[in-house]
Amino acid sequence: MMQEKVAQAPASASGKGPMLLALRGVGKVFSNGVTALSAVDLTIREGDFLSLLGPSGCGKSTALRLIAGLATPTSGLLDWRGSSSVDRSNIGFVFQEPTLLPWADVFDNVWLPLRLKGVSRAKAAPVVMEMLARVHLTGFENAVPRELSGGMKMRVSIARAMVTKPRILLMDEPFAALDEITRFKLNNDLLELWQDERFTVVFVTHSVFESVFLSNRVVVMAARPGRVFKELAIDAPYPRNEAFRTSPAYAALCRQASDVLIGAINSTAGPHHDGH
Amino acid sequence: MTVIEEHVLRLDPEEARRVRQQRLERIGRWLLPLAIMILAIWLWDRICVWNDIPKYILPRPGVVLQTLFDDAGLLFSSLLVTLKITFLSLLLAVIGGVGLAVLFAQSKWVEMSFFPFAIVLQVTPIVAIFPLINIYVDNQTTKLLLCAWIVAFFPILSNTTLGLNSVDRNLRDMFRLNGATRWQQLRYLRLPAAMPYFLGGLKIAGGLSLIGAVVAEFVAGATGQSSGLASRIIEAGYRLNAPRLFAALILISFTGILIFLVLSLISHLILRRWHESALKQER
Repeated sequence: MMQEKVAQAPASASGKGPMLLALRGVGKVFSNGVTALSAVDLTIREGDFLSLLGPSGCGKSTALRLIAGLATPTSGLLDWRGSSSVDRSNIGFVFQEPTLLPWADVFDNVWLPLRLKGVSRAKAAPVVMEMLARVHLTGFENAVPRELSGGMKMRVSIARAMVTKPRILLMDEPFAALDEITRFKLNNDLLELWQDERFTVVFVTHSVFESVFLSNRVVVMAARPGRVFKELAIDAPYPRNEAFRTSPAYAALCRQASDVLIGAINSTAGPHHDGH
Repeated sequence: MTVIEEHVLRLDPEEARRVRQQRLERIGRWLLPLAIMILAIWLWDRICVWNDIPKYILPRPGVVLQTLFDDAGLLFSSLLVTLKITFLSLLLAVIGGVGLAVLFAQSKWVEMSFFPFAIVLQVTPIVAIFPLINIYVDNQTTKLLLCAWIVAFFPILSNTTLGLNSVDRNLRDMFRLNGATRWQQLRYLRLPAAMPYFLGGLKIAGGLSLIGAVVAEFVAGATGQSSGLASRIIEAGYRLNAPRLFAALILISFTGILIFLVLSLISHLILRRWHESALKQER
């Protein structure tokens, strides 16, 4: 599925790092005939914080699952030329729900990816504890998920995704179910984590404000069929913090992204004349 | 509690009423069934006295209790025989039920092919199968065990199979992403996820294995081969020894209740930290 290709990667709006992965003409048609994605071209560079923004049904989650290898494209290919096979098998994934093992405590949940790779508890302990400290959960190792708040569960989920030090982190609307205050806090903390290590993030969201706050690239998608509508470069400098959230620059960028999103929604053909 | 909190905790009439209500319910939960039970036993005793019922038809509760003490040696040694069959068959039901469920979980095809056999075994009355077992199996204990096992293993098999197949889709994807092997997925994901279902099945199977053991003894006892509680009941029936019959019945009932309570406790201890069913209502 991942054929090597020698073609030059198209230049992206604000990408500066080397290419990590490119989607080339990727399409996905489900067995029920729904075209989830049609001919998506997208280059992801190392160190990108890239948001896929769009209305529901635009195939953003499908794109994420294709990148993760949880689904295979019907057409086109994923070009992983920039990375080794080790990196390809080491992908961090954060689901919309925390998706924790309810019977296992926080430590065991974060240990799990390492455990599945054969790392013993003693060997994993320093890494797990460090990861828990980074998501501000020190002291909660022995709590089980039901004893944690929604935000804390999501932190565990992020720690688990990051514990294997993946070069690419895929997040599928991870904060959609959280209240706004918790969401802001987690946005800040995620950004802090990313600013420290500059791993690559592909972040699926339907929130304009979230995507603009976090990303250096926002890819707006449209539905029926799912496709890339337009890409926006968010050229505000990092580190971004609470001050950025209230700045006029942020407001202007949000308005811009919002306009593009409205364009994407209006470009969607109605269900009755669904022409290709 | 500090003084300040006590001060704050002055309840309005509605809350006070609710607290009173809760306290009443807590006491009533124990007191009411107990009171009704005592009333029923008293009524039983009075009916015997008022109607002059002879003790070989309906013995007074006191007489039954007396018999329970007088015949203790005989009854309890029989109970032990029945218990042995019950627990051995329950153990085999757990091994067989879980083993088959794990096998079924390996592939939908295996499950589709073999599940109907398990259902056939379950729906055919054990009393009707017993004559066949009687022909094919010589050893008395093996005979009884087989009977009790057939009755008890199905709830464990069906519940555990359901549990193994009810794993959250995202968790399954997460394991796949991390390159988990089949064995790892079973060990770290599917078996723990099936635990609440298995324990539910175990609770049912515990009672069924006792029923299976007694029924098997009954059928076998009719040919005079058994020494369990059921044969005491048959014997007592022939001799119109109603007090002993009642005493044996009470013993079986209490054993069943005890098995249920012990299995409930085990289930609670295993699930109390994480499963909804074992959590106290929070409010």
